[in-house]
Amino acid sequence: MASSLIGSRVERKEDKKFLTGKGRYTADINLANQTYAYFVRSPHARATISKVDISKASKAPGVVRILTGDDLAKDKIGGLIAGWKIVSQDGTDMKCPPHPPLANNTVNFVGDHVAIVIAETLDQAKDAAEKVRVDYKVLKAVVNTGDAMNSKPIHDGIDKNLCYDFLLGDKGKTDEAFSKADKVVKLDLVNNRLIPNAMEPRAAIGDYNSSSEELTLYTASQNPHLSRLILSAFNAVHPEHKLRVVSPDVGGGFGSKINAYAEDVVVAWASKKIGKPVKWVAERTESFLSDNHGRDHLTHVELALKNDGKITGIKVDTIANLGAYALVFATVTPTYLYAPLLLGLYDIPTACCNVKTVYTNTAPTDAYRGAGRPEATYVVERIVTEAAKEIGMDQAEFRKKNFINKFPHQQCLIHNIDSGDYNAHLDKALELSDYKNFENRRSQSSAKGKLRGIGFSTYLEACGIAPSAVVMSIGAGVGLWESAEIRFNATGNVSVFTGAHSHGQGHDTTFAQIVSEKLGVPIENIDIMHGDTDKGPFGMGTYGSRSLAVGGTAIVKACDKIVEKGRKVAAQMLEAKPEEVEFKDGEFIVKNSNKKKTIEEIAFACYLPGTYGDIKSPLPEGVEPGLVETSFFDPSNFSFPSGTHICEVEVDQDTGETKVVKYTVVDDFGTIINPMIVEGQVHGGVAQGIGQALYENTHYDESGQLTTASYMDYTMPRADNFPEFKLGFTSTPATSNPLGAKGCGEAGTIAAPPAVMNAVIDAIGEDISMPATSEKVCNALRKNKKSKEAA
Amino acid sequence: MQNVSIEINGKKVSREIEDRTLLSTLLRDILSLTGTHIGCDTSQCGACVVHVDGKSVKSCTLFAADIHGSKVTTIEGLANNGKMHPMQEAFKKLHGLQCGFCTPGMVMSAVDLLKNKKNPSEQEIRDWLEGNICRCTGYQNIVAAVKEAASKM
Repeated sequence: MASSLIGSRVERKEDKKFLTGKGRYTADINLANQTYAYFVRSPHARATISKVDISKASKAPGVVRILTGDDLAKDKIGGLIAGWKIVSQDGTDMKCPPHPPLANNTVNFVGDHVAIVIAETLDQAKDAAEKVRVDYKVLKAVVNTGDAMNSKPIHDGIDKNLCYDFLLGDKGKTDEAFSKADKVVKLDLVNNRLIPNAMEPRAAIGDYNSSSEELTLYTASQNPHLSRLILSAFNAVHPEHKLRVVSPDVGGGFGSKINAYAEDVVVAWASKKIGKPVKWVAERTESFLSDNHGRDHLTHVELALKNDGKITGIKVDTIANLGAYALVFATVTPTYLYAPLLLGLYDIPTACCNVKTVYTNTAPTDAYRGAGRPEATYVVERIVTEAAKEIGMDQAEFRKKNFINKFPHQQCLIHNIDSGDYNAHLDKALELSDYKNFENRRSQSSAKGKLRGIGFSTYLEACGIAPSAVVMSIGAGVGLWESAEIRFNATGNVSVFTGAHSHGQGHDTTFAQIVSEKLGVPIENIDIMHGDTDKGPFGMGTYGSRSLAVGGTAIVKACDKIVEKGRKVAAQMLEAKPEEVEFKDGEFIVKNSNKKKTIEEIAFACYLPGTYGDIKSPLPEGVEPGLVETSFFDPSNFSFPSGTHICEVEVDQDTGETKVVKYTVVDDFGTIINPMIVEGQVHGGVAQGIGQALYENTHYDESGQLTTASYMDYTMPRADNFPEFKLGFTSTPATSNPLGAKGCGEAGTIAAPPAVMNAVIDAIGEDISMPATSEKVCNALRKNKKSKEAA
Repeated sequence: MQNVSIEINGKKVSREIEDRTLLSTLLRDILSLTGTHIGCDTSQCGACVVHVDGKSVKSCTLFAADIHGSKVTTIEGLANNGKMHPMQEAFKKLHGLQCGFCTPGMVMSAVDLLKNKKNPSEQEIRDWLEGNICRCTGYQNIVAAVKEAASKM
């Protein structure tokens, strides 16, 4: 090959279908004899159900079947699960309520599933759903995160609505550090609840074939293999070997498509009951009501400092809102994905974090882009900023004084950080953002009557979530390795199967670049396949910025096996010893000779091993025909991307309108395969992070009604909300995988909220909570003005 | 029910449809043109944007019967004899899409912008696309793609 594909801006292989309207999302699939499903959902946040009367609805035109929680129970369909067991500080296991896919006799959030109405058309299903009569006895709902522990339990047997009371760190040592501190800085913080809002609403189609007894579930999922496992092992919908889960093109996930949802279970099971395909597509309001939400923390943080600016300890108390039930990654998100990251990228000798995770009558929360790490980064980057102000140090200098600067570094909580150079990305960001001239820009804004502020966020992320031995020891229900299979076809092109799943990340291209680089096969002759449990080996799917570091490495390992087998075959064909054969740029060459075979020739030979005329069989004795290799990669450690974000905002003093006017990002993602794709991930992540800081908020009223259940009420960031983001990169390759990749999918969302809020607070001189809406900013400015006048 | 005739992507189509049938329903469910997407129910997201008589509209907010006799272009009809439109090419070149769900509406909307304004500024592009929500790209490469397409058209 002329030049390396690693690090090349290769245009995406998957784009043409999307650009010409030929993408195939779940809602685009229509099957013969298909029926349409509509869910009857609870209009109440908390109620008991005495009766679900379907008699009138069943007689409505076009109705095929109506199924309720009773039917589900009769068929012994299991409940939805929490995939990660967390142990409380007193040694007791977390407490999880039953979570039937259709309500038994209680509903616990507005949108909770009560019945499925199946009809010949969607309109008929909707019409009939209005005729389903549910006798609810409405109970007082518990809505607010802060009230949950002081309210009566919403689930039987779960005192104080507490799922667990988790403690990480050394309380004694931390208290000692605080007693010896010169200064202690304190903050109370709210991490606002968000709704992920992938643009493709969730959808699911169950398709049962009564002759073959095969059940196919088409679903918009980030991890079809895991869904299949859950649906067979826990929900007992169908045996795993007869269940196929297909996630075709998926229109964004951001964590909201990790779970095996109630709708997945119910349409799959319903299709078995009626012997016809059952199709369900969420309306946007259904997505708002029933997709997993994210964040929703209340936190008190304290930081211990020496007068010279050295941080000596951090203490954090958090209440995290699980919503009505515990979902797959919901219990680990505010614990092991959160607490260890509260140290940020700082050398903090001691820490202690308590997380009380509570149930409320709101939609369940789970991993949303970043999952725990944005919440942690918000805490540490806000308090560090306040600490620098308290000490009177420059934000950059304060951070540098406390950065970890020797690697590997064992943090006082969990992580052993293999690599990084935090000064490098901070310095580069200072330069790119023209930090030294900020005060000039502040004056220019001031001359226009605008308040300008600057905010820093230096972040550390733990991603490429693994290794299995570690995650299972802290409660994971599964290992978090990843699989790959490389299948050389006889004609020399390559089919690659990955257990990861692409729903916008561009795996079809990035993974093909890796295979092309490793095997010397042209990129157009490589096809990446994912999203169908019948095609590739079991895999864990895509979340936690793990696909390249874990899934990409599985591909590398499988490529290595291909080369090793190919070397043996080439040696036989070229009449040399395997150790004399080198592989380079797609050719097996006998050292110091001109004897060589291309990998395509070797692949062909592997599929035609017989002796033909004078041509001897190319396969050495004991080597099987075919050229297919599989690898399951389980890394030795997490990977640790880091970076610096610097945000500048301008605030209109009259209206409170806050605009991000300058945004600089420098990330260290280790090795980058396709910079164009990585930049896209950063842009999107930063936009979501700015969304949380300035625009997005989920609001339940006192009775538990979601008042932000459409795009009319929930503010999604739009094109005119952003300036052009300025990006830069530094690189310290990860040592835990041979690619050196660290992961880039979530970094923007993790780092941006504190950068923006630090800038807003710098501009207005008042502490306010996210999102910094015009109203809040305006009120803060008035308060500020009043207090100045009073002084 | 009523009979509606529309020219869609250059082909005349006549169908007996219910009065309440939305243009997006006609396209997706009756004509199987699934490139037009439904991302919300409130005319906010713009995933359903198509052209009716050359102007971009949100097809989820239009009764099919109301545009009887019109010419409709959907994302499937934008390429010419298999050659992608310069806007489609620019989106590919500059990574203006990730999951692809908002893309058809975004492209159709952007094409309409350039019909009205040959060389829009960055702010004009951002303002125009305010009615199309993308959750993946942060809009930056979409804006760059529209500029690129403008320079090629």
